[in-house]
Amino acid sequence: MTQNRIRKQVHLGAHFPGVNNTTVWTDPASKSQIDFSSFEHLARSAERGLFDFFFLAEGLRLREHQGKVHDLDVVGRPDTFSILNAVAGVTTHLGVAGTINTTFNEPYELAKQFSSLDHLSDGRAAWNLVTSSDAFTGENFRRGGYLEHSQRYARANELVDAVRTLWDSWSTDRPLVDRERGIFATDQQVGQFSHTGEQFDISGRFELPRSPQGHPVLLQAGDSDEGREFGAAKADAIFTGHGTLDAGKAFYADVKGRLAKYGRTHADLKILPAATFVLGDNAADAQEKAYQIRRQQVGPQTAIAFLEQVWGRDLSQYDADGPLPKEDPTDDVNITRGRVRHVKDPRAVADQWRAKSEAENLSIRELIIEVTARQQFVGSAAEVAAEIDSYVQSDASDGFILVPHLTPAGLDEFIDTVVPELQDRGSFRTEYAGTTLRSHLGLRHPHEQAEGVRAS
Amino acid sequence: MSERNSEAFLVGLEFEGTGVHPHSWRREDSRAEELFTASYWVDLVTAADRGGVDLAFFPDSFALQAEGRQATRGRLEAVATAARLSAVTSRIGLIPTATVTHTEPFHISKAIASIDFSSSGRAGWQVEVSDTDVEVSLFGRKTLQSNESLWEEASEAIEVVSRLWDSWEDDAEIRDAATGRFIDRDKLHYIDFEGKNFSVKGPSITPRSPQGQPLITVDASRLEARELAVQRGDLIRISASDVNEASATARLVHDHAAKIDRCVRVLLDVDVLLGADRGAADDALAELEEWAAAPYVPKSLFYRGDSAGLIALLREIRGNSGLDGVVLRPLALASGVEKIAADVLPELNLRPRTGPTLRERLGFELPVNQFA
Ligand SMILES: Cc1cc2nc3c(=O)[nH]c(=O)nc-3n(C[C@H](O)[C@H](O)[C@H](O)COP(=O)(O)O)c2cc1C
Repeated sequence: MTQNRIRKQVHLGAHFPGVNNTTVWTDPASKSQIDFSSFEHLARSAERGLFDFFFLAEGLRLREHQGKVHDLDVVGRPDTFSILNAVAGVTTHLGVAGTINTTFNEPYELAKQFSSLDHLSDGRAAWNLVTSSDAFTGENFRRGGYLEHSQRYARANELVDAVRTLWDSWSTDRPLVDRERGIFATDQQVGQFSHTGEQFDISGRFELPRSPQGHPVLLQAGDSDEGREFGAAKADAIFTGHGTLDAGKAFYADVKGRLAKYGRTHADLKILPAATFVLGDNAADAQEKAYQIRRQQVGPQTAIAFLEQVWGRDLSQYDADGPLPKEDPTDDVNITRGRVRHVKDPRAVADQWRAKSEAENLSIRELIIEVTARQQFVGSAAEVAAEIDSYVQSDASDGFILVPHLTPAGLDEFIDTVVPELQDRGSFRTEYAGTTLRSHLGLRHPHEQAEGVRAS
Repeated sequence: MSERNSEAFLVGLEFEGTGVHPHSWRREDSRAEELFTASYWVDLVTAADRGGVDLAFFPDSFALQAEGRQATRGRLEAVATAARLSAVTSRIGLIPTATVTHTEPFHISKAIASIDFSSSGRAGWQVEVSDTDVEVSLFGRKTLQSNESLWEEASEAIEVVSRLWDSWEDDAEIRDAATGRFIDRDKLHYIDFEGKNFSVKGPSITPRSPQGQPLITVDASRLEARELAVQRGDLIRISASDVNEASATARLVHDHAAKIDRCVRVLLDVDVLLGADRGAADDALAELEEWAAAPYVPKSLFYRGDSAGLIALLREIRGNSGLDGVVLRPLALASGVEKIAADVLPELNLRPRTGPTLRERLGFELPVNQFA
């Protein structure tokens, strides 16, 4: 095949499998989700596979179901900053991306933490901004849960502006160390900043010189209109759940269409959906594996728990292998807390599920497997590579953040088999061209990007 | 209660900038250009680790150093630095400072616990308060607190962190395929802390770490921190102008601790400037003082001279009752670490301490979970 232009390149992130039912912990190959050796394994594999970055999600309160800590999925995760700094110590090129909440942290502290991570990783840091906040999570913090839902993005916007002001507060036009003249940090006003707004009124001196990437890479996750606007205005990449081809294309076009008003170009923002995958020797083999994995992910107890989320009541007397409950859902939306997804209209969902299970003769567990199915790329390595590539070439995404179902070796097969296929197609790097995450992602230095109009 | 082993003698090092003297960056050997890079810190701390230093202290503050533009300024976050070093060192204890006045104890607890995981049980935490208006303005959430209020809040923060560290029992993860349960939720505990300054629900999102309770360090040089140090500290740092005064203070601290049934280790801070001989060290000091245009005011006992003299001083300190060790504070860090690791430590015949975690190596027992 002759190529008269460089193919659009696929970007890949390695998601350390977190706290939900993706992770198949009953598998004998499933190892600790908290020992550092697991983080090291995934990161070293991802670097061997020339991935753009390693990725951690975050949740600041343990999820609850029916007023008790949810006990069916993997529970327990480390502090994002500490693990990313440690991972930077055992890798050399891989980006280190952390999800950090904009509600339960303060700008000065975040600016220092991310700048430190960028310095200590020689320019590989990224921040996935999430705005999720509720009183439930707030109970672990002084700030409490008082921040109104409607104010989440107001705070996030202002927080990013403030943090950027801090990151830019040391001038870089003169050397830090002038031994000859005996002057350290020449600028008399080094680090001076002040920010006054609705959310923050802060001023003083910042403690760190500009970090290797100028600004750490900013990712954003959040899908409301406000969230998309925020991403278009401020982020370098968007982490999204839009995983199907059509939804992906629509999301991609929508968000990239918002860039122009901020003076930004398409290349300034990458769209990276989360994606799962199952590999087999051939399509049929992969489908069979995928089915077995789904059954492991949705055991009988998990199926009932999912149902209880919609029905808003205890359904433990039901058999997961039997039919759906006849009784109607209640309006109790708080049966599960600490999860991102909420069911908006339980009665409508229940009706829909009943109809589906009757039409297709599905048990509770089979139904939940169907309606929560998230396995996206299922097939042989060549098929999966072709599909990923087609998503990227057709502008449904710029790549994916891969969520393996096993900790910590769940990406190894992908790296050994799919990555070479992508390389053969000319869609994936064969070596790192640079050392910073910005260079892997093909992002410009923040100060080269046109000044954005402020979103408000 | 763990017994103090009088033969054990702990050596810690303070990793501050290019040295605790703010003008030490001007020395040829300072590596000042690399102050904000990982390789600077990795080189220094791994050298100390190999050389047998027991504890690495990383000071921190939110305030930019107040000195003029001829002094070093700027600082990487200490917790980040300790974490960066956790997987590339093997024996040394990693003790970053984290201040509690403007930081959420929930964040501190998981940050330190995670370093404990990534270092296989070598994490500690030096507790500090932020007592300036400058720091208040950086956060804009509070007004300046009195000393009393600051240390009371610090005590609450330690209580919260300590409860969060225990909020998972060690065997909470059960992976019971039969019942579909990953954890035994009865082994996870709400901490339900209600204090004067904040309340925290818990449990932690991070399971209990290898040491259970990473080591708490309090710098008791300031009188207002003494009470907290004895109540809450495992490692207590003190200052003194000579060995006799130090040993008197140390005995006092130990007596107080014993009264409330606590076992602590008292470490004497020693400012250090090494040279080939006393004359060379004096010259080095004169140079620093000239750059600073001010005499150096040591924090504690100040040793300057050759390595042999430091060895003799450390032997004297070791022989004095009450003191469990020292925290050496090199005025010039790069050369100081090199000499201490290469010339000083081998002469002290420190017996290699055994034990899987830092706590055990230092002779502390692994703490029983307060909720179990
Ligand atoms: C793909 C994706 C991943 C997310 N990951 C996290 C996460 O790890 N932690 C978290 O607290 N919130 C996470 N969120 C939640 C978002 O921060 C956001 O608050 C939520 O989607 C509601 O905002 P919205 O109304 O703009 O969608 C995620 C959201 C998306 C779409």
